[in-house]
Amino acid sequence: MIYLELFLSFLQIGAFSFGGGYACLPLIQKQVVDVHQWLTMGELTDLITISQMTPGPIAVNSATFVGEKIAGVPGGVAATLGCILPSLILVSIIAYFYLKYRHLDFLQRILKTLRPAVVAMIASSGLTILLSALFGDVIIFSNLKIYMLIIFGVCLVSLMKYKMNPIMVMLLAGVLNLVYNMVI
Amino acid sequence: MDKKSLLKLFISTFYLSAFTFGGGYVIVTLMRKKFVDEYHWIDEDEMLDLVAIAQSAPGAIAVNGAIAVGYKLSGVIGVIVSVIGTILPPFMIITVVSLFYEAFRSNLYISLMLEGMQAGVAAVIGSVVYEMASGIVKEKNILYIIIMIASFIAAYFLNINVIYIIIVCLLIGLIQGRVSK
Repeated sequence: MIYLELFLSFLQIGAFSFGGGYACLPLIQKQVVDVHQWLTMGELTDLITISQMTPGPIAVNSATFVGEKIAGVPGGVAATLGCILPSLILVSIIAYFYLKYRHLDFLQRILKTLRPAVVAMIASSGLTILLSALFGDVIIFSNLKIYMLIIFGVCLVSLMKYKMNPIMVMLLAGVLNLVYNMVI
Repeated sequence: MDKKSLLKLFISTFYLSAFTFGGGYVIVTLMRKKFVDEYHWIDEDEMLDLVAIAQSAPGAIAVNGAIAVGYKLSGVIGVIVSVIGTILPPFMIITVVSLFYEAFRSNLYISLMLEGMQAGVAAVIGSVVYEMASGIVKEKNILYIIIMIASFIAAYFLNINVIYIIIVCLLIGLIQGRVSK
């Protein structure tokens, strides 16, 4: 049953994405692109773009988007419920114990070990997205779009050197690509 | 909590979720403003711990923060109210967006914009990774650096399921936490 499949997929995403923000990205990529082929890598990147420009966590946005694409609004509800259920249970339990015993050091120490892995996995997804932007579907040197590489470089400098707002940087990338393709 | 306060909780979480761009940490900061400074429902120290709880559990920080605050204020009913308040705005917005996505995507100009934005997204993720990774390198703990490199190889080159990587790192953390105690 598709609702159950959506629910269970996003349950895994909700249960294993530690660290917030982009931490859910590798899991979403695995479930939605690799395992179930509900979205292509390009569509997933569109989804991240949309998530950046609208309020709400990427995981919840993805659950809604993928669920509704595959099985309409009930699909969106099933996926979103799956996505937040682990949080509901775990955060309530931790909050319960915290309010009773007030002790968080142990959890904090475990998380410190998890953080480097989360960074590495975000990097891995980021690299996949970058290569798909630069080469399209098949990664061979003759497919390399030089102008995309230049757009990427411009964005990186705007973000890291000039601390430009990420939404502005993404819009800039879009406009540059539009202008390039219209002119050439 | 009485009905009036629960309604207030719902409206605050709905409002914060609908108008907060830029990820979990931003919304948690705004929650602190609202519930600590404005309503005086939670004291400063306790709020910091609730944020730590939100970060300790898997899932979106914004959702976890809403659950922790809701639980603290009014138990299970508080959780239900604040979670619905938090996920309703993105749910409605993405529903509208996905209705128009196909039409949107087939428009030549928009599709060129979106295509270029892929390079932008890659750059945004790249800079986030750079900041996070340099934070970890600065801690000068060789174990963390090894975990980072090994996880990258496992995820990217060996294509190992991220869930296994997380479980292994949780176990390492568990052992490490015991040892350093």
